[in-house]
Parts: sequence; structure tokens; C-alpha cells
Amino acid sequence: MALSTSSAITLHINGEKHSLPVDHRTTLLDALREHLDLTGTKKGCDHGQCGACTVLLDGRRAVSCLQLAVAAEGRAVTTIEGVADGERLHPVQEAFLDLDGYQCGYCTPGQVCSALAVIEEHAAGWPSAVTADVSPDAGPPALTAEEIRERMSGNLCRCGAYVSIVQAVARAAAATQSSNTPDSDGTSHAADAADAAVSA
Amino acid sequence: MTTVTTSTAGTTGSVGAAHARLEGRDKVTGAARYAGEVPFAELAHGWLVLSTITRGRIRSVETGPVLEMPGVLTVLHHGNAPRIDGNYQGMMGPPDPVIQVFQHDRVPHAGWPVALVVAETSEQAREAAESLVVRYEEEPHDVVFGAGSPGAYVPDSETPTEKGDVEAELASSAVVVDAEYTTPEEHHSAMEPHAAMARWDSGRLEVVDSNQGSMWVASELAKLFSLDPGAVRVRSEHVGGAFGAKGIRPHQVCAVMAATVLHRPVRVVLTRRQTFSLVGYRSPTAQRVRLGADADGRLRAVDHQALSVTSTVHEFLERSADAGRAMYAADALHTVNRLVRVDVPTPTFMRAPGEAPGSFALESALDELAEKCGIDPIALRARNEPAVGPASGLPFSSRNLLACFDEGAARFGWAQRDPRPGIRREGRWLLGTGTAASSFPSGAAPSTASVTAEADGSFTVRITAADVGTGARTALTLIAADALEVAPERIRMKIADSDFGPAMVAGGSMGTRSWAWAVTTAAADLREQLALGGGIPPQGITVRADTGAAVQALTQKERHSFGAQFAEVAVDVTSGEVRVRRMLGVFAAGRIVNPLTARSQFIGGMTWGLSMALHEEAVRDQASGGHVGADLAGYHFAAHADVPPIEAAWVEDPDPDDPVGIKGIGEIGIVGAAAAIANAVWHATGVRHRNLPIRPDRVLQAGTAAHGAG
Repeated sequence: MALSTSSAITLHINGEKHSLPVDHRTTLLDALREHLDLTGTKKGCDHGQCGACTVLLDGRRAVSCLQLAVAAEGRAVTTIEGVADGERLHPVQEAFLDLDGYQCGYCTPGQVCSALAVIEEHAAGWPSAVTADVSPDAGPPALTAEEIRERMSGNLCRCGAYVSIVQAVARAAAATQSSNTPDSDGTSHAADAADAAVSA
Repeated sequence: MTTVTTSTAGTTGSVGAAHARLEGRDKVTGAARYAGEVPFAELAHGWLVLSTITRGRIRSVETGPVLEMPGVLTVLHHGNAPRIDGNYQGMMGPPDPVIQVFQHDRVPHAGWPVALVVAETSEQAREAAESLVVRYEEEPHDVVFGAGSPGAYVPDSETPTEKGDVEAELASSAVVVDAEYTTPEEHHSAMEPHAAMARWDSGRLEVVDSNQGSMWVASELAKLFSLDPGAVRVRSEHVGGAFGAKGIRPHQVCAVMAATVLHRPVRVVLTRRQTFSLVGYRSPTAQRVRLGADADGRLRAVDHQALSVTSTVHEFLERSADAGRAMYAADALHTVNRLVRVDVPTPTFMRAPGEAPGSFALESALDELAEKCGIDPIALRARNEPAVGPASGLPFSSRNLLACFDEGAARFGWAQRDPRPGIRREGRWLLGTGTAASSFPSGAAPSTASVTAEADGSFTVRITAADVGTGARTALTLIAADALEVAPERIRMKIADSDFGPAMVAGGSMGTRSWAWAVTTAAADLREQLALGGGIPPQGITVRADTGAAVQALTQKERHSFGAQFAEVAVDVTSGEVRVRRMLGVFAAGRIVNPLTARSQFIGGMTWGLSMALHEEAVRDQASGGHVGADLAGYHFAAHADVPPIEAAWVEDPDPDDPVGIKGIGEIGIVGAAAAIANAVWHATGVRHRNLPIRPDRVLQAGTAAHGAG
């Protein structure tokens, strides 16, 4: 079938290989939700406007509703289901739980995935639109509430849980940074995910 | 940080102590399944087709080519859909005709459902739906709404408040405020679009849905499809936001129709764009407020007239003028809500219906009066504090508005405020602070619940409650724990299943109070039974409670929550941008069950108020009759970067007539918040903004007062 409208693809999701036939029109989001039963990634708008479908692609955040599944072949996909270390929650998840960084929970997987990337992007020295000094030798700006708000603004929350989400991201960033120190016995799952993505 | 009400009932102290959400772990790991995420074998996918015209008739639905497309199973439309019966009184009155899908060829507004395409996969259904050609006979339409709209009328459901002689009191007032305010069309925009799966299982209709009341939806479906009420089961375990929009809606009806026709499970999920015309919205309003007062600010007259819109096929009244009926003492009080009908979808309840837009107008007008009288806005409200309901003459169950202002003023630093507008400048920013009062009715509705003492020493509670993000599941667990005098870990809370029996919906800030009453009653009865001794059989001992009689026996009182809202803003004189720098809300809203989630609800409501003040506005194109930008970019609600530190606190205010002391907290957070921000913008710039949202272009056009720094 020269003009076939579907393909067999293999996706690398949360460290596991999944082979599946997909309609070429299928987005990565729909492949996750409807073909692989990974429904933790949410569909809020299907337009890349709300951030509910945020996943990590090769360690960087992406809205999965604007990715075709066939184009995600060969890339490492991290979804909300792959964030915790077994039964042990990631510090970001822990902070959302403890600080009530959500209400209905529908935007939460996207907020959590985005927060993982925000913490990584900040640690890597990426500036944001509110960073005062963006000169190359300025180093990472302090991860203030204003920086977090700016960097998380692609993730809408209609319940209005932003105040607690910002607190949760700040707390998790502090915990993640301290666990990244070489002599710490804690592990950074965000770093793990990014490492896995880079080596995949 | 918060003043937590002391425990007055129970011995375990679960109520009043912070408790993380029971389903929190499922929510942060993605394990919580929402309505569109529950797998079913042989599931087919339905995709709605909406009218592209605003008014007219459907001439033809050209199904032939679409039925030939891969995977397409059926196309339902007015020519072939099963007949349903919409002539009934539902829980909220007669149903909005938009749910009576495919029953005739009339199109009364843009985005009216005209067909449902069902296919094996969602991609196939979507492609076919977008390919379906529908031909119309178009008629001229009118979607214009405004203060001067012709045909305004007082609907039968409205009883205007008439106390004293407003005109005479205005005429003899030393100070008069007479101003018009507008609020735009606003949309609920829950993060989870509506979704429902329907299937027939052993002669019963089963629906997995996202709603605010599974019993509500089940009973409406039973009536629509002429089924025995016991033959319908609706479940709604997790709900991704609701805010008034998740009742009976076209998606459930479509799913049931298709499942009936195809004899297999069918899921219908609305697209974001479809939600803008199918699930209701908050009507735009045009309001006129007239206040007359003595020179010292004592009110002689309050007149609040509100106009809102409804469709040509159904009547929904946004009761903005009700906001002041219980607020201030005045010799004369007049309030009236009017409607105009145009060719738009029917509005519905949206978080704090009536009070949200109404409080913007009234509380802005109070601020204008304070300015004219030259007295502090809080002192003005204190001066007009009523002893009894201003319209009803009934006593208040409790009224702690001034306690909220006292606490809020102290926390916010109100005493240091210079009342003069337009004099604080920080670079290109003008700074200001504002305040407003907040209130929302407190009520309870009959509900049933059952509590089972299990043989293993645990307890199972069953109630058709809905947790739409409020934390109701957790709150009810804490309440049951105290009522049974056990630790919350021994409670198994089962909610959101219509098989559990009639119960109030999650709405009107009445859900948790109504459900808690039923759970508390059933728990008390169960404890009495257990006290008689004897073992617990393997099936457990179950006690059911129905609060119908107890709720009916409540004496008539003015029952409300109250609050004081504070905001600080910065206004960019060069771009017109308004930034909120901080907000504080102090509430007297009954006993607080779970401080952790209650704080989230208050702050969430205040965030809505910020969003209403500065951002939200659905724009309707007069030529097409449809929306401009019906998506989350075209309809902006507050994002992370818009939202400053917001603090919520509360004062002790248990409801003396409620078994748990609850009043309800879901809506009061938004009430008054937009006015506090608008009042702060005046304080910053010296210019009143009476039209929401306070957009940069409006700020620039209005400029700043002559004595301002701009």
C-alpha cells in the first residue's frame, strides 16, 4: 500500500519500548491516551494553548497535542506515569501533594512535567523573559516566585491553584538542587529522566 | 497564618485539621482517571457537528459520502435520531433545549448541534465530522446585547425588591451616585472538556461522565429517554473542573443515543471550541446602580437594576441585582433583574452566578460613594451595617462582615492608606489599593447517604456527592470520621455514583454542607445501633439517612457567608497594563472543615476575581453571530504570570443551625474581588473603570485624573 495512512512505529516511553500501528493523523497525545492507555497526560484544548498535555521529549518539555506520534519515534518520551520512582514520589509530586498545588487535578500532570523541566532549564542557566541580567556570564538567576510564574505560564489552571503551584515548584527546586549535590544520597528523578533521554 | 475555627463537634478532631486530598496521589501521578479515560471494549467514538449559521433551518445533511469513509458507523441528525422527550421539570426546572439534540431542523444560535458522527476511532470520527456537508436556509440574526437593548423584560421568575420610596429618598439625599457598569460574556473553561461514555449493560444504561451531580444527570437522562429511573446509572469519579457548566449537556445525550442505536459503548468528548457554545456561560451584564446618602454616608436609597441576556429558546436569568438584597441598611431599596432575548446560546450558572457581576457593580458604587462623601470605604460599610435583612426583615443566622474587614485591614495595612487617588508613582507605575465586601447565600438541600459498619472495623460511606476539585471527598471523610469518632483512615468514602441515591449537586456552595448533613445523620443513627451491642454480620450494618425533613424544618433567616477583599495594583501609564501586586481575602464562611483545601478554594475564587477584573471577555462577532477566537488563546483567563501572592484567611463563624457548622465556601472567593481591583485601579489612577475587563486600551483611553501623575 503505497498510500497507506498508517504505520507501525516504536515509541520509547518512560524507559519502555511500545510498538503500535498508528494512523498518521494520530497525535502523540492521542497515541498515549487512546492506544497505550497512558491517560495521565491530559487533553485540555488540543491546540497547544493550555499545557495540560505537557510531556518531556528528550528531556525537554513539549505539548504532546502538537506532536504527531510518528514524529516521536526514536525520541525518549517521559510522561507523568514515569515521573515517580516506583512508589516513591518525585519531590515535585510530593510538593504538589503537601501544598495542595491543584484542585481538580486535570492540569496537574502537565504542571508537574513542566515544573521538572523548569527546574532543569533553570539549573542549566536558561534565562526567562523576567530575568534581569541575561549576559552569558551572569549565571542562573535566583529561582524567584516571579521566575517560576513566568516559566510556568504555558500551563493553565482554571481552578486557580497558581499560588500553591508556585510554592510547590520552589520547594521542589530547592529539594532537587540539594539532592543533586555529589555527596547527597538522594536522587534527582528529573535528572534521571533527562539523562535517560540524552542516552536514548 | 489562618484563624482556624475551633472544633465544636466530634472527639477525634479531624474536622478543622489540614488533610491532604485522599485522591491527591492519584492526581500527581496521573493515575486518576477522568470520564474520557476509562477503557471499554468495543468503544466507538462520537464527534459532534455544530451549526455554522446562527439562525435558520437545516435543509439537508449529506450523510452519503461520510458513511463511505473508513470506520464510520453512523451519522445521527434530526432526520434519523431517536425521539426524546424534553417536556419535563428537571432538578433545575425545564431543560435547556440544547440538550434535546437532533429533534428538529431549527437552528436558534451559532454552534447548535446538528449531527453526531460515530466511528471506530476518534481520528476517523473527527475527519468524517469535518467532512460532513450540512446545507442551511439562513435567516437574519441579532446577537447584540447592551444597556439599550430593545425588548428588555422582567421574567416571571423574578420578583423585584421594592422597599420604601427610592425616588423620594434619592431626591432628599445629600450625595448621589448614579453609574452604569458592564461585565462581558464569560466562560467556565474547565480544564477538562466535557466527556461521557454510554453503554447498555444487562438492560441498564450506564454512563461514565464528568459532572457536578450524577443523580441529577441520571434523572434527566431517564426523563429524556423515557426510562425507569432505576434503569440509569451515572458515575463521575474524577471531574476536571466544573464551575456550573457540568450538568446535563449535549454530550451525554449524544452518547446515549449512539449507544442505543449501535448497541455498543460510545464516548463523546467535546472539543475546547465546542464547549464555547454547548455548555453555557455567564451572561454579559449591563447594570445601573443608584445610591443616595446623607453627607456622613448613611444610605437612604439603594437602586440596583441589572440586565442580562438569554437565548430565544430558553430562559436563564443572571441575578446580578440580588447581590445587594442583604448587604446594606437603606431606607429605600429597589432591585430588579431584566432579560433580553437574542440569537445566542443559553447562559447558565457560573461560579457565583449573580453575585460575581452584581458585586462588581454594587461594590464599585460603594467606593464611589465613599469618595464623594470623603469617608473611608470600610467606615462607609460599617455605617450601613444592617441589624436584620434589609429587604426581608429576617434576622441573620450570623453576620461577621465587619470582623472580616477588621482582620483584613490589620493584615493588609489599610490604616496607612492615603485615600487620595493618583498620587503614588513608582517609575512608570501608578500604585493603588482597594477593598470591597463579599457575600454569598448559604443553603442546604435534601440529600441521602448511607454508612456501613463493616465487619473488619472500618466504615463505608456512600453518597452521590461530586468532587469537582473542591476537596469534597476528603472533607466528607473528615466529617464522617468525627461523626463516628474514629480516625479518617477507617473511613472508605464512595461518591459520585447515582446508585447511591438522591443528593444535592456540587453547586450553589451547598454541596459539602448538604452532604455533610446526611453523612452526619447516618453516622449518628449507626452509632446508636452499634451501641445496642451484638456483633457485626459479614455484610456489615448499613444505616441510611435522608435529610429532607430536617432541611425543610430550617427556620427562615438571612443565611450568608461574608468576606472582605483587598487588592493592591500597579498601573502602567505607558502601556495601560494593570498588574495586581497582592490580594487578601478574609472570610466569615462557616466552620472550615479542611484548612488546606479551603484555602485553595478561597484563593481559587479570588484568582477568578482577578481574571474577571482584568482578562476574561468572550467577544461575539455580530456579522457571523459566533465567537471570535473560541479557544484558550482567544479567551484568556489568568495564567501563572498574572497571579501575584494571594492570601486567604477566615474568622470564626460557625453556622449555628448546621449540624457541622458549615456555610459553604465554593463561590464567595470571587465575590467582590473584581470590585476591589477596580477600586484599586481608581486609587492608582484617579479614573473609574466601570466596564470589565480593565483592558490596557481602556486604561490608555481613560487616561489618568488631572491631579494624577500621568
